[in-house]
Amino acid sequence: MMHGALPKIRLRGLRKAFGAKKVLDGVDLDVPAGQGTVILGGSGSGKSVTIKCILGLVEPDAGEIEIDGRDVLRMPRRERQEMADRIGMLFQNGALFDSLPVWENVCFKLLAQNRITRAAARDRAAEVLEQVGLAASVGDLSPAELSGGMQKRVALARAVAARPEIVFFDEPTTGLDPIMGSVIDGLIADVVKRLGATALSITHDIASARRIADTAAMIHRGRIVWTGPAASLGQTGNAMVDQFARGEREGPIQMELRR
Amino acid sequence: MASLVLDPLAALGRAAIGACRATGAVGLFALEAVSHWVRPPFYGRLFWGAFVEIAWFSLPVVALTAVFTGMVLALQSYTGFARFNAQSAVASVVVISLTRELGPVLAALMVAGRIGAAFAAEIGTMRVTDQIDALTTLSTDPMKYLVAPRVLAATLALPLLVLVADVLGVMGGWLIATFKLGFVSAAYLKSTADFLQTMDVVSGLAKAGVFGFVIGLMGTWCGYTSRGGARGVGGATTLAVVASSILILALDYALTEAFFAQ
Repeated sequence: MMHGALPKIRLRGLRKAFGAKKVLDGVDLDVPAGQGTVILGGSGSGKSVTIKCILGLVEPDAGEIEIDGRDVLRMPRRERQEMADRIGMLFQNGALFDSLPVWENVCFKLLAQNRITRAAARDRAAEVLEQVGLAASVGDLSPAELSGGMQKRVALARAVAARPEIVFFDEPTTGLDPIMGSVIDGLIADVVKRLGATALSITHDIASARRIADTAAMIHRGRIVWTGPAASLGQTGNAMVDQFARGEREGPIQMELRR
Repeated sequence: MASLVLDPLAALGRAAIGACRATGAVGLFALEAVSHWVRPPFYGRLFWGAFVEIAWFSLPVVALTAVFTGMVLALQSYTGFARFNAQSAVASVVVISLTRELGPVLAALMVAGRIGAAFAAEIGTMRVTDQIDALTTLSTDPMKYLVAPRVLAATLALPLLVLVADVLGVMGGWLIATFKLGFVSAAYLKSTADFLQTMDVVSGLAKAGVFGFVIGLMGTWCGYTSRGGARGVGGATTLAVVASSILILALDYALTEAFFAQ
């Protein structure tokens, strides 16, 4: 997938193996700036590992990761940290901190970087919670007191509270009912648009992919096998993508019980 | 036939390499944790929270352990010494045993069960629910935020607990000696004070500091490296308590050699 403009994120030849198991086998991907891109793929196809490599949570065995044209893997640690400060992440299960109230979860990054006082953090948390459709009073609750959908909204609020340039979404609708999934997708689209951020999502929910992304890429066995407009999913002409989008048992993708 | 000889040797070799690897990993983990004690930013609130959790909320269990240990010690030593008319040595045996050995070791074992397990369970749960990864993405070093304050709090809190345990243990011995065994209260206390040396208390407190470090380190390390969901967290919790307890007993011997070997 090549674009004239410099992509916000550029992956080339990304490889990662855990023991004998190759998870990423040469991932090449361009994520355009200011747009939503989604990586589709089945369970174990390497979606999450790709994002974790970009975030620095997993060290790839080989390959290049560029953000704004700069090689992240070869950056000094301090610069890499500064780069990471510009990124927000929504984890699949929310990953909210149980020991902190919602408002501290939402403004955790701002407080950690001393960019804001605790009093100002409460106000900022209320503002961001409102953007994701939650009342300011939710800020005083513990994450354990929230429903799954509310936890997802709080996690979304936390991901965007520091106004990141890049936001990653890991399976944003997993575990939610279709209506709540649609609501979360709408919030993601709104928030990303408001921030003018670049969004990279991973999902196997085709409806969600169409709602939150402009561009889609399909990963299979650790490689990107297709990229194209998210709106075309289901009618791409690529047998692998169409089989995945329609959820058909027969096709080039064979379910492996164990690899 | 050769495999009958080589297989056990290979298994032994693998176990030895695994033990070396684990020791090295724990050592590096400890060095990194300690390095964060002197490198900002500091999380004072987290340190204070952990300190209160260890020092204050462990007080009942440590106090009860110390009192009953002092009582049993007085009773048992009286019974033994009565066989050769040396009952007057009870006070000295109680105070020296408590301050040098039983106070630090029993308090540490109690705290290992309570705090080591809690650290491992909390951090392990954070690991398997992606909360530790989330910390990293939120510009926060998990070692600095989760590990360093807890290890420091355990290292500083345990000597305070042991000081309380020493006092309460001696009091337990005094209770039995005066109300059951017929000792004169003032004479028992004078005997206790006469036999007690500064080094007895200082060595016990130094041991307590080392044991506290071990409890904090093993609790956080087992949690930090846990894998595999609820079962993994359960295993990490068990390992934290078992490893801390064994290390406490082994280090107790090594420190006693260092302090008191002639």
